[in-house]
Parts: sequence; C-alpha cells; structure tokens
Amino acid sequence: MHGMANVPAVEMRDVHKFYSDFHALRGVNLTISKGDVCVAIGPSGSGKSTLLRCINQLEVISAGRIFLDGELQGYREVDGRFHTLSPSRVANQRRRTGMVFQRFNLFPHMTALENVVEGPIQVKGVPRSEARERALALLERVGLHGLGSRYPNQLSGGQQQRVAIARTLAMEPQVMLFDEPTSALDPELVGEVLDVIKDLAQSGMTMMLVTHEIGFAREVADDLVFMDHGLIVEGGKPQDVLNSPARGAKPGAFLSKVLA
Amino acid sequence: MSEQGPASTATHPPGVVDGPIRVVRNDVVPPRYIGRWITTLVLLLVAVQAAHGLIGNVHFHWAVFAEHVFSPQVLRGVWWTLLLTVAAMALAVPLAMVLVVMGESRNPLLKAVALGFFNVSATTEIYTQLVFWGLFALLFPRLSISIPFGPELIGVDSRLLVTPAVAAVVGLGFNESAYLTEIFRAGFRAIDRGQTEAAQALGMSARKIWLRILLPQAMRTIIPPTSNETIGMLKMTSLVLAVPFTLDLMFATSAIANRLFLPVPLLMVAAAWYLFITSVLMVGQYFLERHYGRGHDLIVSKGGPM
Ligand SMILES: Nc1ncnc2c1ncn2[C@@H]1O[C@H](COP(=O)(O)OP(=O)(O)O)[C@@H](O)[C@H]1O
Ligand SMILES: [Mg+2]
Repeated sequence: MHGMANVPAVEMRDVHKFYSDFHALRGVNLTISKGDVCVAIGPSGSGKSTLLRCINQLEVISAGRIFLDGELQGYREVDGRFHTLSPSRVANQRRRTGMVFQRFNLFPHMTALENVVEGPIQVKGVPRSEARERALALLERVGLHGLGSRYPNQLSGGQQQRVAIARTLAMEPQVMLFDEPTSALDPELVGEVLDVIKDLAQSGMTMMLVTHEIGFAREVADDLVFMDHGLIVEGGKPQDVLNSPARGAKPGAFLSKVLA
Repeated sequence: MSEQGPASTATHPPGVVDGPIRVVRNDVVPPRYIGRWITTLVLLLVAVQAAHGLIGNVHFHWAVFAEHVFSPQVLRGVWWTLLLTVAAMALAVPLAMVLVVMGESRNPLLKAVALGFFNVSATTEIYTQLVFWGLFALLFPRLSISIPFGPELIGVDSRLLVTPAVAAVVGLGFNESAYLTEIFRAGFRAIDRGQTEAAQALGMSARKIWLRILLPQAMRTIIPPTSNETIGMLKMTSLVLAVPFTLDLMFATSAIANRLFLPVPLLMVAAAWYLFITSVLMVGQYFLERHYGRGHDLIVSKGGPM
C-alpha cells in the first residue's frame, strides 16, 4: 500500500508525548495529504515543536501511532505489541522527512556547500561530484549562488537558514518540517526565507510548518491547525480557522495578541 | 593606501550612488608603539646579561655539555623518550575517545565499565600504576583465553607480552586516558544539541555523527589542553624508572652525571632536549589549531590588530 496516491503523507493517530511527568501532547490526530501544506500555530509551549519532533523521531512518542506514507514510524507492530526498530532502521525512516530548525543548526566547521553535500554523500552514498553539482543547483535555487565556499559564520541569518533549507532539500525528503524557520531572524531577513518556503510549497512539496507569521500562513496553508496545551483545538481551511474562532474562542484571543 | 584615485567631487548625500564613484581609501598611518620599543630594549639587556652570566660561568661546564648533548647515549635517550611519549599518547587518545562514547552510550553496562576504568586510573597515582605494570609479568605469569574452569584456548607468557617498554607505555597511556577523558567530555558537551539533531534529521548513523559532526567540532576545544597533556607526558616519561625502564632521556643523562660527578651540565643537556622537543610539539599544535579552527574567525581572521 506504500506510495499510493490516496495514502496520506503523514498520519498521526491519538499521539501522546510525556516528558517524564509532563503531558506535552495529549492525543493528537492529524492527517496531511501528499502535496499539502499544513501550518501549525498556537501559543508558546503548546506542543508545536514536540509534534514536529515526533514526526521525524527526534522524540519517541509515548502512545499512539505515526504513519508516513502508510508506514508505521519507530516500531514494528506484531499482535498489538510494539517492537522498537533498530537505530539504523530509524535513521532510514528519518530520511523520508527533512527538518528545518529555528536556529538553523548548520555545521559550523563546514562551508555552505559542504553542509549541503554532507547528507547525500554520507547517508545516501551519492558520488561526490554528483552531490556537488546538485548542491550548487540547490544553492542557486535558494538564491545563494556563489556563496558555497562561505562558512556559516560568514553568512547572515537569512542566508544561513536558506543554506539549511538547501541542505534538507538535498536529501530529497517526502515531507519537510519547518519549526519556526524565521523566528530567529531580524525582521528584514524574514521575507527572503519565506519566499523560498513559498516557492517550495508551490512546487508541490508536502510540508508542515510551525510559524507565527499569520499572514504567511493564510497564504500558503492548505490546512491550518491551532494548538493549545498539547492538543489541536481547531483545524481546517485557513480562512475558516482564522475568521471564525467559534469553538473555545482560543484562536481569537491568541490571534489578537499575535496580530496586535 | 595604494589606490589613489582623484578625490570624489560627488555632492550627493552619503548612500546615494549616482553613477560610478571613486573611493579614496583612508591613508592610514599605523600607531607608534613606543612602549613596545622600550620593553624590547629592556628585555634585550636582560637577555644579554643572562646569557653572559650562563656562558661565562665555569660552574656550568659547557665543554661537558657540548661533549654530551649529541652523544649516542643521550640521543638514544631522546629517541626513547619521544617514542614513549608518542606511543603513550597514541594509546591514550583513542582510549579516551572510546571511554567518552561509552560514557554517553545508552547501554548501562558500557557506561559502568567506562566509569569503573576512569575511577581506577584517575584515583590511583601514576608511580604506583607504573610499578604495577612493571610487576605485571610476575603477578600474572601467563595470559590466556580459556573456558572458565576449563581448558585453555590460547595463551602467552606475560614476559614476552609485557616487556618493560610495553609496561611503561601502557602505564603512562592508561593513566593519561583518564585525564583526556575529562578533556574530551568537556569538548563534546560544549557542542550545541542542535548539531546532533540536525545530523539525525539527515538520517546519519550514530557513528557518522560522532566522527563527522561532533569530533571535528570538539577538536577545537580539545586540542589546546591535549597539547598541554602531551608536553606533560614528555616530562612524565622520566617516571618510567618505576617500571623499571632505563633507556629514557632523564635516566641517560643522570647516569652520565653520576659517572662524572657533574650534575649541572647533564641537567642542561636534558633541559635543552626537552625544550627543543616541546617547541617542535608547539609548532604542530599551531597547525592543528588552525585546521580545526576553520569556520571560527578568531583564528583565521586576517585584518585588524589583535
Ligand atoms: N525535553 C523536554 N523536557 C521536558 N519538557 C519539555 C521538553 N521539551 C519541551 N518540553 C515542554 O513541553 C511543552 C511543549 O513544548 P514545545 O513543543 O517546545 O512547545 P512549542 O513549540 O509550541 O512552543 C512545553 O511546556 C515545554 O516546556
Ligand atoms: Mg517551539
């Protein structure tokens, strides 16, 4: 059943996450269809980062199931029991997703180009010359033509984040996860990163994006979910969620703060 | 300084570019460091005085120094001291790396073994450890792999395996690995957790993450203290007398000194060689630091006074 068009790219079923005693995700259900852009908004501490990190197994979920392209993540389920996958299987599953972090997390001892070729060469075994060629094309695509030989500390925040996006794209993930990709940037650098993300969205990349840029969310999102206290409390078309915070009135209170 | 175009006659406000404009670089006169000159002069005077006091001093027996500084016995001592230093560090560095990785492992047994090894080598004193390794062949005459309470599979006479030279290297290396473990652990701990996460998100294996992402970054903070440890190791080789191992530089020079009843010139021979080797090591350290400092401008920056 893998790879069929009607299988969702991401499916979360009743996912819970505990950090020792703290109940950070309290039963999340979420489906992202292939090619869709799902944007998560919500107050700080509501569990948005945790949700993304569970999808690519940077966190181990405490209950529930996560499927990517129909494949259960992290476990093999036999007769209702979960068998933990080996680290190499988990690493393999992670290749299906790409993650862009709030603070870029570029490798500081590598140039921009080396950052981008690292994954393809070391993980996928792509020959160096081929990886390099593709990386140069990707750097060009994110508007960084000619900056491949710079080290991260010789780049602006916006440029670093675009290198990070190119590094993720180089692995050809099926789903891209963005955790507040513009929150660490000076205001005048936000636009250049959002433009790259918008391009990606329009190219048909499946992605989940956590952001506080409400205007941008409205523009790119196919689905918008509003999180609070470890739950998705509203979800649907962006205009519906943003304009009619009927139930709970929570998005309304949050949005008036964000938009103020 | 060199590009002397005609002064710009542009009248537009700064920041507004109107056609190609010429930039006249500031004509910079470097500051005069009068203080530096005075310091240099004073130090030069002191150095000349000191050199005169040493060279003209009959108590130093410079003729004896010259006679022995390149004598075969001393050169052999230099060779063995270098060999012990390099071999002990070559044992200690990978061992410490393994201990750090084991300490970070999720396997509780590996963790306990690492901790136990660390405790034993860090809390007992080096002289005792060297004596122990010297006695190893007496304490355990035969080293063998056998089925517990059953027949021996393979075995070897300890005296063939743990020679004095091996005992010296193992003693120095094990002891050193405990200190290096602390240094390495601090180096790895200083790396942001986001580095590991970014590498994991790319699907890298734990081994690749250690080798390609964490180790090169840790090197930057690890190298200076490890270089110090190497220089310390150079001096610590003089303790191998405890094994007893008697071919190192310190033993060689003091043997000659005892024969001649002239300790001072032979001490100067040893000191000169230690100084020379230390200087060579520091050159190596400089290049290593420059290599692993890439991506951190503090070291590679070119302009500006420092
Ligand atoms: N490693 C952790 N250990 C303990 N608590 C954590 C950890 N990570 C996150 N939390 C807690 O879980 C909650 C959700 O965090 P997070 O997913 O980062 O929220 P958001 O991204 O929406 O701001 C917060 O209350 C946070 O303090
Ligand atoms: Mg967050």
